[in-house]
Amino acid sequence: MQDTSVLEKTEQREIVSFRVADQDFCIDIGHVREIRGWSETTPLPHTPEYVKGLVNLRGNVIPVIDLAHRLGLGHTDPGERHVIVITVCEERTAGLLVEAVSDIVTVDCAEMKPPPSLTSSAAREVVEGVFVIRESLVRMIDLARVLPSEAEVAE
Amino acid sequence: MTNRESLRAGFFQECEDLLETMSDSLARVERDATDHDAVNALFRAVHSIKGGAGAFGLDALVTFSHAFENLLDDIRETRVTPRGDIMALLYRAGDRMYDLVESEQNEEDPARWQQDDDEHAALLAAIAAACANSDGGDTGPEEDFVPTPLAIEMPGLPALDVPADGGSADDRAGDDRWRITFRPLKALYALGNDPLPLFRALSEIGPLEVKPDLSALPPLGEMTWDESYLCWEVDLRADCAAEEIREVFEFVADDCVLQIDRGETQSTHSAQENAGPSERAQPATLPEPLLAETSGDAETPAAGRGATGQPAPRQSIRVDLDRVDRLINLVGELVISEAMLSQSLSEGGKFRDPAVEGALGQLKQLASELQERIMAIRAQSVKSLFQRMSRIVREAGHATGKEVRLVTEGEATEVDKTVIERLADPLTHMLRNAIDHGIETPETREAAGKSPQGTVRMTAGHRSGQVIMEITDDGGGIDCDAVLSRAIERGLVPPDANLKTQEIYNLLFEPGFSTAQNVSNLSGRGVGMDVVRSEIQSLGGRVNIDSTLGQGTTVTISLPLTLAVVEGMLVDVAGETLVVPSSALRETMRAEAGMIHRLGPRDLVLSMRGTLIPVFDLGASIGEREMSRDIHGMPVLMVETAAGMMIALTVDRILGQREVVIKGLSENYGLVRGIAAATVLGDGRIALIVDVDQLAQNAGIALEDSNARLTA
Repeated sequence: MQDTSVLEKTEQREIVSFRVADQDFCIDIGHVREIRGWSETTPLPHTPEYVKGLVNLRGNVIPVIDLAHRLGLGHTDPGERHVIVITVCEERTAGLLVEAVSDIVTVDCAEMKPPPSLTSSAAREVVEGVFVIRESLVRMIDLARVLPSEAEVAE
Repeated sequence: MTNRESLRAGFFQECEDLLETMSDSLARVERDATDHDAVNALFRAVHSIKGGAGAFGLDALVTFSHAFENLLDDIRETRVTPRGDIMALLYRAGDRMYDLVESEQNEEDPARWQQDDDEHAALLAAIAAACANSDGGDTGPEEDFVPTPLAIEMPGLPALDVPADGGSADDRAGDDRWRITFRPLKALYALGNDPLPLFRALSEIGPLEVKPDLSALPPLGEMTWDESYLCWEVDLRADCAAEEIREVFEFVADDCVLQIDRGETQSTHSAQENAGPSERAQPATLPEPLLAETSGDAETPAAGRGATGQPAPRQSIRVDLDRVDRLINLVGELVISEAMLSQSLSEGGKFRDPAVEGALGQLKQLASELQERIMAIRAQSVKSLFQRMSRIVREAGHATGKEVRLVTEGEATEVDKTVIERLADPLTHMLRNAIDHGIETPETREAAGKSPQGTVRMTAGHRSGQVIMEITDDGGGIDCDAVLSRAIERGLVPPDANLKTQEIYNLLFEPGFSTAQNVSNLSGRGVGMDVVRSEIQSLGGRVNIDSTLGQGTTVTISLPLTLAVVEGMLVDVAGETLVVPSSALRETMRAEAGMIHRLGPRDLVLSMRGTLIPVFDLGASIGEREMSRDIHGMPVLMVETAAGMMIALTVDRILGQREVVIKGLSENYGLVRGIAAATVLGDGRIALIVDVDQLAQNAGIALEDSNARLTA
């Protein structure tokens, strides 16, 4: 899905933007399955701290990642107003805990700039690039790097 | 192309059934050499495989099954008696059929089975030699084969004749006449094509007349079943281009000799036609059934109807396993939703309404029955597995020079398909072990006053919600002293270890353990029982050995009925609900003051019936909290690890026993230490299923503590 959109219209790309720790982030809309309200997670032992736990999505067991924590922006204390963005990446389904979903925007791929080198290491690891949309900075997230890798999980 | 592939896949599926029938019949023939039904069934199975193999050009398989069939025909005609060497030969031939089918299915290089392969050629020669009359044997099977299809009426014939009465159109246009000579090659039938539809397609272009040319047709006795003898001459009256006619034959163009001419010979031909319509009708009746027979033989084995008209004994359909699994998932979710519904209704106080309560009760019953029935779809009888194992026994007996008989019981026992597939390797190991290490040589056996022929008994059955399989041999039994000294030699236990018998048996499952005096090529490569145990454990089962020296050994495997649901104890730990699989659970109790002992700075042990059992807090084990030092009064689950070690797990509260649907974590996340899987509870929350063995390992106590306990 994402591949064809890249092939056919190289310039345009639809993104979903959301707020995490007072900053704007986004991912490609092709990765988003649905957006749902926060619900209590079941903690998963022996996992990195940013793995918030598991939620039940219509009978499927899905890990939820505290995106703020993953980005090194302090951990989120989720409440009723927080949302979970259900994403699919490389056949893995995962939820991203964010503060709020802001917008769906069409952006020009050419306008994506590499992340400035002064970003903290945790963020630089998962931020693919940045867009400037209506004078605010929106950081594109590389979803594949948000989830712990197989090696990290096994560890 | 895809059509051909699916036909091919269908053929191999069919082969599975046929091979199963074959093995079955072989066993019946062995029991009673005069069982004609069994011999016939055996013959039919081999014959059907041959037919299908011919259709797909699997020459090695055709050649072999043909030879096999000849021998079977002699047996059927009572020219050869299936006893002793002949029986052994039949089994070898049966095994080779399996090999051939497998190698064809995997599209291995057929050169492997060329006749110059010594062993294969020797087997073929042995089969040929066993035939009563090697010359006459060749036509034997065909004799019975041809008459059967002859009985078929020829429904296609009138359709072919119809254009003949269009004789009035004859005069209409003389030069709109085509003369087509169509000689199908053997390959045309082999690919499942049929001349009749081609003629029908031609008749759509214009009225036609079809005449068979029987000149090449040999007498019945000399016919080869898959050869093509017929040629047709078609007179087509139509104003069309040659291309249009050629198009009809487009798909078979490579597999026939086709000649299309403008009808110059029209006058002579129509004269001929007018001369004798009755004469023509006569020969026309003959080739039609033959046509039906030949094409039928090419198609039917793949399509699921035996060439010799063997009725399908059971009604079944083949369904993709994925579909069943999706269904199982859905039903699992239905059961969860049902539980969620009843929970929220009872919380909302709606349960007092008898109508709601009644309907909900019914829903619950239906949902659980549905779940049960759908699980049953995945279940298969262990029969095919047992049949494969009987071959292992024959081969192992042959290789070790021991006489071994396999007795099976409970073949109808149904087990999850995945379990059956994954049991093949462990069972093979165990049977080879039983024969290699268990059963003695005939001389030793006679000296011990036993029958020279050893018996291995393999049974399967359901017992208290589990599948129990047992492999029992009447061999020498396990020599505990030998096992112990080997274990000490290998450093598996300290030299001064004082082990109970059962603990000594468990040593056999230690990696790298082997008591074989000589390492044979059958077993004793040190990859035996530990692999068996880990494979069975990964299926959620357990292995146990029991033995009496001089009388034999019994290996018992217990397995869960299904892999999708696990019976577990729900417990509350640090505010979370966890599931401890019941298969590991031995008992539950409350920690009493007198039982708790402190060991070192933080370790605790429970003393129970004379043994000391290490205590772990389940909450601490999964990293939720620090282990509590004061476990007095806490509920304790006594669990046994697969290694046979007891550990005590303290929990906050025991909620009860329940069947839970297993939801794997690996698809969306990955493997988590100490956690086997997750499940969804009645209220929609997720509970983790504990992996007891990993917990024990994680705690780093597995070996040291078992040793400490053993030496205590």
